[in-house]
Amino acid sequence: MDIHEYQAKKILSGFGVTIPRGGIAYSPENAENKARELGGSKWVVKAQVHSGARGKAGGIIICNSSLEVAQAADKLLGKKLVTNQTGPEGKITNRVYIEEATDIKKELYLGLVFDRSSESIMVVASTEGGMSVEEISKKKPETIIRSKIEVAVGMQKFQAREIAFGLKIEPNLIARAADTIIGCYRAFSELDATMVEVNPLVISNQDQILALDCKMSFDNNALFRRNQVSELRDKTQENPNEVYASDRGLNYVSLDGNIGNIINGAGLAMASMDMIKLAGGEPANFLDVGGGATPEKIVKAFKLISMDDKVKVILVNIFAGINRCDWVAEGIVQALEKIEIKVPIVIRLAGTNVEKGNKILKESKIKYIEANTLEDAANKAVKALGN
Amino acid sequence: MSVLIEKKTKIIVQGFTGKMGSFHAEEMIKYGTNVVGGVTPGKGGMKHLNLPVFNTVKEAVKNTGASASILFVPPAFAADSAMEAADAGIKTCVAIVDGIPSHDMIKIKRYMRRYSRTEKMTLVGPNCAGVISPGKAMLGIMPGHIYKEGKIGIIGRSGTLGYEAAQQLKNLNIGVSTSVGIGGDPINGSSFKDILEKFEKDDETEAVLMIGEIGGPQEVAAGKFAKENMKKPVIAYIAGLTAPKGRVMGHAGAIVSAYGESAVEKVELLKECGVIISKNPSVMGETVKSALNSKN
Repeated sequence: MDIHEYQAKKILSGFGVTIPRGGIAYSPENAENKARELGGSKWVVKAQVHSGARGKAGGIIICNSSLEVAQAADKLLGKKLVTNQTGPEGKITNRVYIEEATDIKKELYLGLVFDRSSESIMVVASTEGGMSVEEISKKKPETIIRSKIEVAVGMQKFQAREIAFGLKIEPNLIARAADTIIGCYRAFSELDATMVEVNPLVISNQDQILALDCKMSFDNNALFRRNQVSELRDKTQENPNEVYASDRGLNYVSLDGNIGNIINGAGLAMASMDMIKLAGGEPANFLDVGGGATPEKIVKAFKLISMDDKVKVILVNIFAGINRCDWVAEGIVQALEKIEIKVPIVIRLAGTNVEKGNKILKESKIKYIEANTLEDAANKAVKALGN
Repeated sequence: MSVLIEKKTKIIVQGFTGKMGSFHAEEMIKYGTNVVGGVTPGKGGMKHLNLPVFNTVKEAVKNTGASASILFVPPAFAADSAMEAADAGIKTCVAIVDGIPSHDMIKIKRYMRRYSRTEKMTLVGPNCAGVISPGKAMLGIMPGHIYKEGKIGIIGRSGTLGYEAAQQLKNLNIGVSTSVGIGGDPINGSSFKDILEKFEKDDETEAVLMIGEIGGPQEVAAGKFAKENMKKPVIAYIAGLTAPKGRVMGHAGAIVSAYGESAVEKVELLKECGVIISKNPSVMGETVKSALNSKN
């Protein structure tokens, strides 16, 4: 789960990371008042959307008067911001963050992620802040510092100091920088995060070390024990169909093609999509109804797919194990009696009691195209596009 | 031989008296698995499915001599149960449960560092279908009848895609020595490489089919291991050709976040290691067959 910049900043400041003073606003008037409250003569108005690269997309505006702040907020609020990470549909800006402007002396990069090879937490840092970590590794790979943290004992001060010295931070600021790095580590480890990225981490002209922009993502599997995090979820930042799916226990990812999929199991779903591609088609979605493929989940899956206008053909591929094909077939028949589907449906059943399952489908009133193998199903789905 | 479990392996079920635990314990027993009891804290002394229930894994091991366990406990308590099994001397523990936090998985793995290599429990999963040695024993939730007894080792992340492979093999009259589901999570108990190592040593396994997917370094690490240490052929299929970068495809671990993690890149890197690639998921069986033919 992702959260907004201002939420991540608030969390990090609770772990001793210094952040510029700022406040959230939902309207231009609100924004203007916030700027007055903060005082000073220069502010930054930042669109709060779940995406990086907001600056290049026009989502971050520097203002020299409170009137300009109001105008900037008016320009951003209620509009979709399209960045190189959001896709062409963009993401809606429902709130803006007003922050006092910082005089930047130096921009650094600090990121924490899970390292799947060593199964530990990895700190990645660079003196080249402000650009994405992918860009840094392409353009200035020699500046990247990596430090593996042993999670059983947590980050040690010397490790944080080593990173700080590696970032060429002046000696009088090393202790402060080390505290900042340890603060980020503690937030990562104590809140079940999967990513913390402070980019840029800046040193101001006043020698403050500040998190100027930050991003945090959290482990969905751990949200049950992180109420303060799970309540930060902002569904307006997610694809509406994906929200509908996740609220109903379905694993769904919206894609660009036109063949809708209903499959049990994530691996089988990816494999079926591969077959569609190899047969010359493009999947409209990834949808895993769970290994068990219960009738309730199948009904929800058909409903979800029917909400997607891109879909011109639906491919159902269920490999039934202990949940037998006859039971799955009954679920499919029930679903199609409830929901009207106007596009061709290709159904492939496999596994336990496959003959019984196919017989139930054949004897029902539903209209569908029967397929026997993965390959057969994909070919028939692509062929049905032409009809 | 087979890997991880044999006909006689004594098995206990952790979370025995719950709905999932009861259902799958019965399925395992029907398959002929030597289930000797189970653990549900607070219900020790009861009988369930005509088998004894214990309060702790230690008691269960002491009284039954069990050496393997299967976990059917909710994700929030799964790490605790896995560590309890390790501490009680269980040698193979299969965690079926989906939804264990990654931080908890790291914790389990760090905890197990206290044991020497020979004493250390092999944790399989989580978020997997389990382990089956066809004709011998089933420590999992798969439909046993789709697996024919034979000489191919299977290692896979996905349950149903593994079933698909087993059925393709069966249709070609090819059997399986053991099938091991390592699960779809980013941090798992056993990696592809860990299980390949066991198959290489197993007399009854002639070749290994590895069913991988996008995300993480494990498939490629296994390929490198195979190149340097294995005589048996390794056949692989990598799912997720159409997966967009940065999106989680169902399995928490199925996300492309770095170079070498997409399906195309993994296939290239595995080819360099001499791994035989099944070019699509409907020819996994045929690819294994032709690998066996060219070997003999």
